[in-house]
Amino acid sequence: MSEQHNNKNTVIEIKGLKKNFGEREILKGINFDVHYGEVVSLIGSSGSGKSTLLRCINLLEYPSGGEIYFHGNNVLTKGYDITKYRAKLGMVFQSFNLFENKTVLDNCMLGQMKVLKIDKETARKTSLKYLEKVGMKEYINAKPRQLSGGQKQRVAIARALSMEPEALLFDEPTSALDPEMVGEVMKVIKDLADSGLTMIVVTHEMQFAKEVSNRVVFMNEGVILEDDTPENIFNAPKHQRTKEFLSRSLNQY
Amino acid sequence: MESKTFWDWVSVILDQYWPMFLQGAGVTMLIAMVGTILGFIIGLIVASIRTIPVRPQDHQVKKAVMSVVNFLIAVYVEVFRGTPMMVQAMIVYYGLMEAFNIDLAPLTAAFLIVSINTGAYMAEIVRGGIDSVDDGQFDAAHAIGMTHWQTMFNVVLPQAIRNILPAIGNEFVINIKDTSVLNVISVSELFFVTKTVKGIALRTFETFFIAGIVYLVLTFTVTRILRYIEKKMDGSDSYTIMSSSTMPENGLKIKGGFENR
Repeated sequence: MSEQHNNKNTVIEIKGLKKNFGEREILKGINFDVHYGEVVSLIGSSGSGKSTLLRCINLLEYPSGGEIYFHGNNVLTKGYDITKYRAKLGMVFQSFNLFENKTVLDNCMLGQMKVLKIDKETARKTSLKYLEKVGMKEYINAKPRQLSGGQKQRVAIARALSMEPEALLFDEPTSALDPEMVGEVMKVIKDLADSGLTMIVVTHEMQFAKEVSNRVVFMNEGVILEDDTPENIFNAPKHQRTKEFLSRSLNQY
Repeated sequence: MESKTFWDWVSVILDQYWPMFLQGAGVTMLIAMVGTILGFIIGLIVASIRTIPVRPQDHQVKKAVMSVVNFLIAVYVEVFRGTPMMVQAMIVYYGLMEAFNIDLAPLTAAFLIVSINTGAYMAEIVRGGIDSVDDGQFDAAHAIGMTHWQTMFNVVLPQAIRNILPAIGNEFVINIKDTSVLNVISVSELFFVTKTVKGIALRTFETFFIAGIVYLVLTFTVTRILRYIEKKMDGSDSYTIMSSSTMPENGLKIKGGFENR
């Protein structure tokens, strides 16, 4: 595929993205791009559309309008291979969504074998490598129902990594966790960020947004209000709405 | 001769006609088993077709085909759930004979009718099973690039089938009993055989008492076997901690888990 559209280090470029659920407009024309190695935090109050934006990016929700470019090709074009595209974007969910009928190891191997058509031995090796990275190698025989929330989420991250994606999408990865377990998952995500993986993280963890990401996007009522460095967003927000949100989020304890 | 008790008659009838009861029970079990398995396969196919997503961006032809197929499925389910199997048996058996000149063997007709009838119920049961699987499972499978059918076969259906096993067992038990209506098309299942024995022995109460016991034994046995299979399918509640220094066989066994079930 040729790069007809943008410079080489843009992974995803979104133009005028819209999403309606019936009459309700959730996304009202989003323009947004992600470059290689960037860690972007999407913040904003509940209902601001950040999770919907993330789900639109890998087409779990089909956009009502706009364009999504992956390496310069519009993925909403008819005939574009959506499954291949999704395989290149890993996703980690708030509720983990591990395959309940599979063991930890099989959770990581399934996509490699079925989607990437990788042979069993290689898939196993790759899975073990990433399970070790998230500290879950000891549990390869366990079923998801036997794991704690934090362990499940680490396996889910290993499952996404096992596909060796070009970018990872995190949808509130720690929101369903006990406070005690947030740390273990956040540490894994931070290590990934430090390793240079491209990531988009929808999060309510302001600490993470501030310290780990190199860009913070603030969303409000279906539009992007601010898109800037963490320093600028947290120290000098431009919009009143951003100020309100941050002061409420940071002073909640 | 004139002073035989109830139990005397039972033992006389059993003594003389037990091979017939045994054969009838065999035919009943055969029909129930084939009907349940084929019905389950029909239900699986029908319910899976119903899950094919139709999105606004899909081609017009696909949308049209899917709405026709879904309509036919709805008709099938409604008709076969909404009429008695006895009536279906008469219509299929004699209907095929008179309208199309197809002379089915009663046993073949029995397989056909019970399978189609069970399929209509199974379609709804499987649909319930698929609905019981969390949406997140679909999301996760789609997010790693799996197609609809890969998702169904590898992730959703295994979970759905486990969830509906009790209902499938229920259908099996119902089928064992309901094959009795097939006597209207002269299938030599247990009820038909019992009627024959009654005609020879001229004892109604005792003969049907025996048949009742045989039915009970059949259904009870099947229920226990299915319960056992369910337990097996749930697998062990323990798992082995693998560490790089220990071999799997001497790894640490963990009993249970966070959700002990």
